[in-house]
Amino acid sequence: MTDASVVLVCGPGGVGKTTVAAAIAAATAARRDARVLVVTVDPARRLADALGISTIGNAETVVDPGRFPEPPRGTLAAAMLDTVASWEDLVRRNAPDVATADALLANPLYRTVTSRFAHSHDYLALERLHDLRASGRYDVVVVDTPPSRSALDVLDAPRRTAEFFSSRLLRWLVPAGRSAAARPFRLVADRLLGARFVADVTEFFTRLATLEEGLVRRTAEIEATLRDGSTSFVVVTTAEDGPAAEAAALVGALGERGLAVDTVVCNRMAERTVLDPAAKEAARTLGRHADLLAARLGAAPGDDVAATARMLAVAGSSFADERVVAARQHRVAEELAALAPKLVRLPRLDGDDTASGDVTDVGGLVALGGLVLD
Amino acid sequence: MTVPLLDRRLVVVTGKGGVGKTTVAAALATAAAASGRRVLACEVDATGALAAALGVAPVGYEPRRVGPRLDVMAMDTEASLREYLRRYLRVPSVGRLAPLAAIFDFVATAAPGVREILTIGKLAYEVKRGAYDLVVADTVATGHVVAQLAAPATIGELVPVGAIREQATWMQDILADPARTGVAVVTTPDELPVAETVDLVGAIRDATVVDVAAVILNRMPAAPAAAAGAPVDLFAAATVARLRDEVGGGIDVVVDTLERARRRHERACERVAPLDTVEGVARHTFPELVDHPPGARATGVLADLVIEGAW
Repeated sequence: MTDASVVLVCGPGGVGKTTVAAAIAAATAARRDARVLVVTVDPARRLADALGISTIGNAETVVDPGRFPEPPRGTLAAAMLDTVASWEDLVRRNAPDVATADALLANPLYRTVTSRFAHSHDYLALERLHDLRASGRYDVVVVDTPPSRSALDVLDAPRRTAEFFSSRLLRWLVPAGRSAAARPFRLVADRLLGARFVADVTEFFTRLATLEEGLVRRTAEIEATLRDGSTSFVVVTTAEDGPAAEAAALVGALGERGLAVDTVVCNRMAERTVLDPAAKEAARTLGRHADLLAARLGAAPGDDVAATARMLAVAGSSFADERVVAARQHRVAEELAALAPKLVRLPRLDGDDTASGDVTDVGGLVALGGLVLD
Repeated sequence: MTVPLLDRRLVVVTGKGGVGKTTVAAALATAAAASGRRVLACEVDATGALAAALGVAPVGYEPRRVGPRLDVMAMDTEASLREYLRRYLRVPSVGRLAPLAAIFDFVATAAPGVREILTIGKLAYEVKRGAYDLVVADTVATGHVVAQLAAPATIGELVPVGAIREQATWMQDILADPARTGVAVVTTPDELPVAETVDLVGAIRDATVVDVAAVILNRMPAAPAAAAGAPVDLFAAATVARLRDEVGGGIDVVVDTLERARRRHERACERVAPLDTVEGVARHTFPELVDHPPGARATGVLADLVIEGAW
């Protein structure tokens, strides 16, 4: 039994990451005799529909092979990251005994604290990934990373978790650490929040601290797997200045951590044909000679030739706008090409927001993913 | 009728990641300052993006004047706590309190709602203080904003006594007053942002006392040329053939591109339909700006639209 290889799909928010991750997974399952799983965070309803699963739950759901345009060589499953369930799981696994786990999960502070603790979404994404890759049930796991303020949060989550548990704060809170040094801290905290509340929180953290050993060991394992060559990184962005700058910063920061990005996917690109010089010329002529052209278009008597002329002039300037956007996008894409060995440009499927590809069916995902894998 | 956005005292701008929240917040602040209001623009997640959208260098916790009547600051919850301790607890020399960083860790990480209340509390304090006519907050993405807006209430429930509890009351008064406070939810005409907007409006109404003032539809693709009601259909094969003779083969790409733009516009119109289920909220629209990537110029263009539309 070997561990699964992992594709970590990261990038700024709102660029179509989830669809690209699903597309990579679908195309991999179509082409290779491999058991493929895609783990998503926040799938759009249409993506779930495309995969033929009404909701993507925390449990892995197998996608019906009949949904592929031709029989896939491998298998495809999809799962969602459910943070609440994942946390419970984590607490149960790492707590020293059932009573401690129960007490933690029953604490009213539990939800609020865990939802924010050490970027828990990010940590849990990696935690879940670690489980899945070691489970032996999959050959390839594609992970759509959570939308983070910085995509790096995902990668730093294990370290943050370890830091949290080794922090001075925790030592002050747990009873064994109530030294003289902790006294001013407790005085101010009591004054701010009331002594009873501080006592409640202290109890909670005392219990939480029992998870430390398991979690810290685990984070070290997770970090190691990010570097052992079985994980590949795909950075998704659009060719707009903001996301592209974020993507570039992400690639650089990954590099600083010794992690190489194989592929940068530039999503939702305007067609390159828009840059055709003959089209530019034609559009310019439409604008310049709108009146003449409108007359020549042979309107029936009584037709509003001026309206046709206006339409042609607007057409010319609308095309010029489209051209400005296309030129900017392709220029940004050129710059992104320097970031990784491979740059994939995915077309904007006009009118579709979840990504550039038509994702109304698995066939669309396979086609889109094929562009990334080729 | 609801109070116009810019006539409120605190406008909290939110929306799904990637919809252009920051540009919208910058445009609102710019428009408000240009129309004579004293404005504080605050970036809550302190990434420097709001300052960039206003075309100025990154700012710190201390508000900095960047234009006529326009100040900008970046939220820093630790600095906010420092200010809070000084102001309300009369903790005299906060700077010399050795474990302040640890206390901050504690309140930020552990105590539910405290980081949020330090954020929303600072914003509410600026409203209360009255040095500005309008505070525009560029907040975190949708998931977190409810927690922020609900913070004073959360604190009220979880912290039975203590100084923080006492402060929650006046904050709640400011937040609950629709004449003073409103949320502007930004979306693009895409499936997920629209769905999230509908959900968020519901969540804000269910879980907080704050009024949803506006839904701002950003980057709406323009209606394309052919919609102008001319007697000739640009997309008809015969028209294209005639034009090909007149202006050359490049016309095919032109027509194809405009056809795509038309489909994009149509799909955008379909995708925003669920917003119609959101009732009692002003809806404003910003067009997709083709020749202005995000930055000071785009902000200026949008700010002019805000002023023209008297938002």
